[in-house]
Order: sequence, then C-alpha cells, then structure tokens
Amino acid sequence: MEKTPNTVPRQSWTFSNEVNAEIRRAAATGIYDIRGGGAKRRVPHFDDLLFLGASMSRYPLEGYREKCETSVKLGTRFAKKPIELKIPITIAGMSFGALSGPAKEALGRGATLAGTSTTTGDGGMTPEERGHSEMLVYQYLPSRYGMNPDDLRRADAIEIVVGQGAKPGGGGMLLGQKITERVAGMRDLPVGIDQRSACRHPDWTGPDDLEIKILELREITGWEKPIYLKIGGARPYYDTALAVKAGADVVVLDGMQGGTAATQDVFIEHVGQPTLACIRPAVKALQDLGMHREVQLVVSGGIRNGADVAKALALGADAVSIGTAALVALGDNDPRWEEEYQKLGTTTGAYDDWHEGRDPAGITTQDPELAARLDPVKAGQRLRNYLSVMTLECQTIARACGKSHVHNLEPEDLCALTIEASAMAGVPLAGTNWIPGQGGF
Amino acid sequence: MMQTIDMATTPLRDLNALLQSQAEGNNQIQFSIENPKGSHAVAVGLDAPIEVTVNGSTGYYLAGMNKQATVRVTGHTGPGVAENMMSGTVIIEGDASQYAGATGHGGLLVIKGNASSRCGISMKGIDIVVHGNIGHMSAFMAQKGNLVVLGDAGDALGDSLYEARLFVRGSVKSLGADCIEKEMRPEHIEILKDLLERSGADASPEQFKRYGSARKLYNFNIDHAGEY
Ligand SMILES: Cc1cc2nc3c(=O)[nH]c(=O)nc-3n(C[C@H](O)[C@H](O)[C@H](O)COP(=O)(O)O)c2cc1C
Repeated sequence: MEKTPNTVPRQSWTFSNEVNAEIRRAAATGIYDIRGGGAKRRVPHFDDLLFLGASMSRYPLEGYREKCETSVKLGTRFAKKPIELKIPITIAGMSFGALSGPAKEALGRGATLAGTSTTTGDGGMTPEERGHSEMLVYQYLPSRYGMNPDDLRRADAIEIVVGQGAKPGGGGMLLGQKITERVAGMRDLPVGIDQRSACRHPDWTGPDDLEIKILELREITGWEKPIYLKIGGARPYYDTALAVKAGADVVVLDGMQGGTAATQDVFIEHVGQPTLACIRPAVKALQDLGMHREVQLVVSGGIRNGADVAKALALGADAVSIGTAALVALGDNDPRWEEEYQKLGTTTGAYDDWHEGRDPAGITTQDPELAARLDPVKAGQRLRNYLSVMTLECQTIARACGKSHVHNLEPEDLCALTIEASAMAGVPLAGTNWIPGQGGF
Repeated sequence: MMQTIDMATTPLRDLNALLQSQAEGNNQIQFSIENPKGSHAVAVGLDAPIEVTVNGSTGYYLAGMNKQATVRVTGHTGPGVAENMMSGTVIIEGDASQYAGATGHGGLLVIKGNASSRCGISMKGIDIVVHGNIGHMSAFMAQKGNLVVLGDAGDALGDSLYEARLFVRGSVKSLGADCIEKEMRPEHIEILKDLLERSGADASPEQFKRYGSARKLYNFNIDHAGEY
C-alpha cells in the first residue's frame, strides 16, 4: 500500500520560537524583559544608501595628497567658547554607574587622543573622566543625580537631555545590582535599590520653560559653554524647530537604533524612528529657520564605520556620536570572553544584559574584579585607533566625491538601494530619479 | 555697607556677574536689588557668604544652584526657586510657584507664604520649610533632606519617595504611591525643632505628623506593580 505523504511540521511566522519563548519567560517571571543596547530588528539604515563617487561630471580629490578637512566647531550660535573638534565623531553620553570607572577613563583617553569630546551621563561627572577628557560635555538630565554648579563650570559644554533614541519618552533605569556605595553616594540614594530616573525634567515643561532654563544655565556659566539639546528620534522636524526656538546651540538627535544601558525590550524595539528617517526632517527644520550650520546637528544611533559617518554628514549632519561602537572598540562583546558569555546563557555579539553588572569584558559593571579586566590605557588606544579609521574612511569617501571638507558632502552624492530608504533619506532610488513622496507621487 | 543694584538700568548679566564674582573675605557682603519686576534667573550660581535682598517679586529660578549666599525676596517668586541649591539660605516672604527647591542638595529654603505643586520634587538633601500650604505632587521622588509644611499638603504627597522626611502640620489631601505616615521619634522632634527655629516659624514640633517611604517600590516586585 502506498504511504500518503505527511504534512511537514510548519512553524508559525507570527508565533515563532523566539516569540513563544518570550511569552513563556513573561508567564514565569511576571516582569518585562529589560536589556541594554539598541533596537536589534532590521530597520532601513545607512547600509541602504550608496555614494555615487566622481567620474566625468565630478572631479575627485587625489587620495593621499589633496587635503580633506574634518574639523568641526560646535556651539557657534551663542557660546563664547565653542567646542573645536578635530574629527566629526564624538563619544555619546554614557553614565558612570552603567559603565565602570576605568571604562569612563578609557573613553576619555581615546577621545582625547583623537581630538574629540566625550560626554558624562546619568549619574554625574567623575574625576576619572574629567581628568582624562580634554573636552567633556556634561549631561543635564531629569534625575539631576550628582548635579552641581562646580561640575557644570568644569564642563566644556552642557547637554540638556530631553530624550534618547532607544527610549524616547522614557527615563533612566539602573538596577540594584549596580548601585554600589560609590554610585549610590553620587546619586544620593540608598545602596542596592532599583533606581528609576524620571523621564521629565523636574523644573520645566515645554519649550517656553526650557528657554528660561537655558538662560539660567548660561547665567550660571557666564555664557561661555555651548548648550546642546539631546532628543530621541520621535518628531524630528518639530523637536528640532523647538530646540532652536528654546535657544540651543547644538541639537543632538538620537535614532531608535541608539544604545541604552538598560530599558524594556518592548520600548527599545517599538518606540521611535530609525536614525535614517530622522536626519532629513531635522535638517529641513534647521533650513526653514535659516539655522542650518548655525545650530549644529549631531546625529547618533547605529553609527559603525566611516561610511555611516559620511552618509550622516551628506544628509546634513555636522557631526555624529557613538555609544555602542565605542564600547565594542574598548572590548565589549569580544570573542575572547565566549566561555563566560556561554555561562551567562548568551554568546559573543548577543550579550546585552548590561544592567546586571556581570559584564565579562569589565565595561558595563561596578564589580571591582570584573572592572579590573579593562586596562583603560590600552582600551583608550583601541578607541583612538578605531576613531582614526572611521575618520580616514569618511575622508576616503569625501575625496572620491570631490570634497575638500567632509561637510561638503551632500544628498546629491547619494542614491538609495530600497524604496524605503529612498523615501526616508530623500535621495533617488538607484538607477532612477525617483524619490517616493516627492514630485507628487 | 549695602550696595544697591537697580535692574531697571543694570542688565541681568551684569548683575549676576557682579554677585558671582564675590569671594569669601570680601568687605562687600550686602547687596540690595531693586526693580526685579519678575525677572528670571536673578542671583543664580552664587558662591560666597553674601547677603542679597531682592525688593520685589522674581520670575523663574531665583537663586538657582545657590552656594553659601543668603538670598531674600520681599515679594513672591516664580517656578524653580533655589533649584538644585547646594548650601546657604533662600527666604521668600511671599508665595512661591511650582517646583520650589527642586533637586536641592543642601541649604535651607524658607517660604513664608504658600508653595505651589511639586514643591521639593526630587530633593537631594535640601531642607525646605513652608509656612503656608503646598500643592499637589510635592516631594515627588524626593531622595534626601526635610520638607516641613505648617499648613496643608495637596494630592499625592511624597509619591515614589526615597529617604526624604516630610513633616506636615495640617491636612494631607492624599499620599502618593509608597508614601506612609510614620512614627515621630525623638530624633525627628529634634530635627523639626531646629528647622522651625531657623526658619522663624511659630509652631511646636509636636503638632506635626511625619511621612516617609514604605520602601516597597525599592526593588521590583510584581505584586506591587499596580502601585506605580
Ligand atoms: C551603556 C550606555 C549608557 C548610556 N547612558 C546614557 C546616558 O546616561 N544618557 C544619555 O543621554 N544617553 C545614554 N546612552 C545613549 C547614548 O548617549 C547614545 O545616544 C547612543 O548610544 C547612540 O547610539 P549607538 O549606541 O548606536 O552609537 C547610553 C548608551 C549606552 C550604550
């Protein structure tokens, strides 16, 4: 008798193994998944853009001979002492508390060697990072942990944090495991508690109040320091316009791939717009107000290499900022710790339980033994090397497009590989002159 | 000797620069400011044991981030008075608007009239004494320090409170999440007595009730999730 063929077991796309595993985890624990890092899903990104390069109608610059400038000035609008960077890449704000003291020191060392700035984070300024950072941006956050006028004056610029790309509309989170005595002392909190920092500033609401807050900060610091405003990628056109209205010198715009030390996975994956989709609306707002290049735009969220830098600049940013990539350069998620990642139930590249403080690489931890694994001098050198490579890559592309300054890159130098990226970046689909949403269709 | 600065003719920047340039040990310690007319950011970022009297009413952030100085306002004051104060004393003869003493790390803020909502929000060690009433959501996420209210408190007092101590003489409309009434022990009577004295308040510590954190939200527990 002939056997009738069986139906092949078919997994549901909707209820995949991964989805079901999360349902079981939620059912067992009763708490949402918290993790570090940025969005892991694929969203349209810089990889979906290409540079056209030069040929008959555009002249390239000679690779190793002709100059291609990379310097950037941030804070030229009102500040008496703007920040002058040698490269268009800065180190994003990451808190002491989330990161160890040596990791903060390494970021300062690497950034300083590369001629760029680094940034404090939720939790205040540490002597390690001030001491090792030639240019240090001081974050002014809703929690105001460790906030004091002396550190404010010790800073080279002030960054008012309204939001982050990983969690626009959310506050900070540092779980009890990482609240050691030093961290607790800086935050005026008891040791070992779960610390949820507020999502709104305690003493202002809305752009009209913010304008007065900025006045106060400038009065306290003698109008010397550039004031940045950091926003998550939510409504980039209006948020940027309102930042300008409130008197910011610099807008820092962080898209949804941007990393975080810890927040709910559902927040990271489902709130906010991709970095690629945020840049053009922000630039348009600046242009509409006659403020493009007057108020500088710093873009972050998923910047990994010199091509990403060049693409962000070509779309109109003045500089970019990196978080996750800087941590990887220091040694985060390095294969040399694979055995230990396995013990933690994860693997190289996927380790994101930064909030638990058990980082084998000794970066996102407050455990002194783990933290001692990171040599801040060597790690700083690695960061410097990585920043140099990104800058060289960006220059390579700029020269190929015939630009003597990386800021001369423009949307006209780009095309898109997908219709989505074309619509978001406002550059034509490769091989066509079509930009969805423009020209009536 | 008292130096008088008239804001009708002196720009804010010059006023603050003058006050900020005072150092400990200078002869000049008394300043009088005329015609503030609701100006914002008056006498901010001071860092010397000087005495500043503002004759009139001010706008946002009077005496913001104050260190050491004593700043007195004869009228009323706007939002965020003495925000993030580190030390020194700020005295408001009239009423204060929202967020009075927000995130203050130290020093003493005295409001002789009433304070509005979110008084002492996120306070981190400051002492605040309000002779009148305070509005809703006061001492939200308050971490450290003492908030003393001679009058009544509005809704959701001490919501998500950490270790700050709240003392209220009058009624409390409602307590916020994780805030409970606590026993008044001798050490609290002492703290209160000292603060009442230093702020010129006519009240006896025994008339107050103490409120503090139940500490149930300090570490996540699924059975308390509904309280957030
Ligand atoms: C470990 C870690 C800690 C962070 N801490 C802060 C913080 O304290 N304040 C803040 O504004 N952003 C914080 N961020 C976000 C970064 O400033 C930045 O927006 C983001 O990392 C940029 O995206 P990228 O990681 O893809 O480069 C943190 C990010 C990471 C990875």
